Amino acid sequence: MSTVSLRSQKSILRTLKDALFATFISISIAFALGFIIFVFYFLYQQSIPAWELNIMDKFPSARPQNAGIQSGFWGSFWVVGIAAVMSIPVGILAGLYLEEFAKSNRVTRFIDLTIRNLAGVPAVVFGMIGLAFIARGPLSWGFTVGTAAAVLAMLILPVIIIVTREALRAVPPSFKEGALALGATPFQAMMRLVLPHAMPGIATGSILSVSRAMGESAPLLLLGALAFVTFNPEGLDSDYTVLPLLIFRYTSDAREEFHAIAAATSLILMALLFLMNLIAIIIRDRSQRKRN
Amino acid sequence: MNEITSKREGVTLTPSSRLRRNYLIQRLAKIVMGAASLVAIVITIGIVLSLVPPTWQFFQEIGTSFIGTKWAPLFEPPRYGLLPLLIGTFNVVGIALIVAIPLGLAAAIFMSEYAPRGVRRVVKPIMELLAGVPTVVLGFIGLYFVQPELVLKFWPIGEPFGSFSALAAGLVTGVLIIPTIASVADDALNSVPNGLRDAGFALGATRREVSTKIVFGAALSGISASIILAFSRAFGETTIALMVAGGFAQLTLNPGDAMQTLASFIGFAAIGDQPTDSPGYRTIFFVGSVLFLVTWFMNVIAIRVVNRFREVYE
Repeated sequence: MSTVSLRSQKSILRTLKDALFATFISISIAFALGFIIFVFYFLYQQSIPAWELNIMDKFPSARPQNAGIQSGFWGSFWVVGIAAVMSIPVGILAGLYLEEFAKSNRVTRFIDLTIRNLAGVPAVVFGMIGLAFIARGPLSWGFTVGTAAAVLAMLILPVIIIVTREALRAVPPSFKEGALALGATPFQAMMRLVLPHAMPGIATGSILSVSRAMGESAPLLLLGALAFVTFNPEGLDSDYTVLPLLIFRYTSDAREEFHAIAAATSLILMALLFLMNLIAIIIRDRSQRKRN
Repeated sequence: MNEITSKREGVTLTPSSRLRRNYLIQRLAKIVMGAASLVAIVITIGIVLSLVPPTWQFFQEIGTSFIGTKWAPLFEPPRYGLLPLLIGTFNVVGIALIVAIPLGLAAAIFMSEYAPRGVRRVVKPIMELLAGVPTVVLGFIGLYFVQPELVLKFWPIGEPFGSFSALAAGLVTGVLIIPTIASVADDALNSVPNGLRDAGFALGATRREVSTKIVFGAALSGISASIILAFSRAFGETTIALMVAGGFAQLTLNPGDAMQTLASFIGFAAIGDQPTDSPGYRTIFFVGSVLFLVTWFMNVIAIRVVNRFREVYE
């Protein structure tokens, strides 16, 4: 007769496997964190020769000692700023409609599906619609600030709609129900209760998508952003370049002096993006703490 | 608002002018918001309309000569064999997925199953920061660190080619899509009901066994969606492939060689500024159509999978 032990015994093999697995998944997180730190370290180290060049004061040039990024810096602000002004209001309005008013029918589902698919279309394809219809074709705005901003606005619009809807969904329905019971119209309930409570979430999502637009390079490759632009933008119809495209240009140059400028520009761009990310994360953290 | 006026047992309820005005505002607001939600549809139609005519002309011009092994559409005589681009694309995307699937899923399991709340609050933003690194910066890292310091030193096959390789581009693209996999898979793991975990623990399973054998299996559809989305992100990534994999569409199977991908061809050709209606312009739009169709198809599948998965547990 064999004896059956009822006590659960953790074999050495199981303990070992558990430990190995825990180590592996910890490494994956350490890798992500380590990679970010490494990116900063590597860029810092590569950028040292460019420090004395005052690249912020100078414009793009074919000679490294004269080369700078001022037009790209202001170009990025113009293009991304206008893209944000174009896409955020439209995105929030669309998100409000789809989440609060649209009836759940075929048309709404079709719109929803289209938006989610559009969010996954490669960025470079947005450059093609910009090239065919905005830069040339019907609108013929040329390779200008306005064209670039419109294309980036289209690129981030679906993302803004999606994050707006998520933020609205997180507001407890009892808020709205209470307002309706007191005689508010659905629109009043939305404007005075639901929207203000969803605002931190919408802000976080919008900031993250705007920072995505700021780092984007592929669609602008098709829209003339690689040109040598030796002046800051002055309006929608100015020629332009942006920081990511200057990094692209200086990185692709064979001369090593330019690589240091590319690294320094990357550091500046990363610092801007991380600042935006940090603001977004702080807004979200605060509102979550308030809720708990 | 007529709906509010009602006659019952001789009493007529007439809305006040204020209520009337509020409903009028609501009606107008609904029209404006409804119009805003159609903008995304207009953009999608715009993309299709911009892609179709040049692609149609492209096919009329070259017929079936895109079946071939030499891709040189911007040279004289132009050659349109797609095979080198397809091989380049699947090299870069394949390597990226080999890097990102284990690391991304491990990160998701860590965030969802292992990390205490406080740690989770720190780790999630790290993933978001990683997702926020611009592709040009990743391209810089690929070109001046991964290629010279890793690929040229450690890749054993073939003669070291030099500045560019599909391998370096794939490795860097892999880092790019880790956050995609991690965040979508994390959502999927999180929506598995705790009852399943508790049952596992009650039967004496360890945390690893609960995570890998119960939760992972229950979240499998969401996890596959995360991989599909990551595939489509890597498939459409233009800048990294253009900077790191190089601009030569050569027919080779060695990932240590320079290659061109579908997406990076668009960027490569666009730098040369193709005038409207030139063969180069049409070729860009043909390749763009391929990108659009493949990623759209993949996204539809991913959304379907996620939706079905949601229905199971909600």
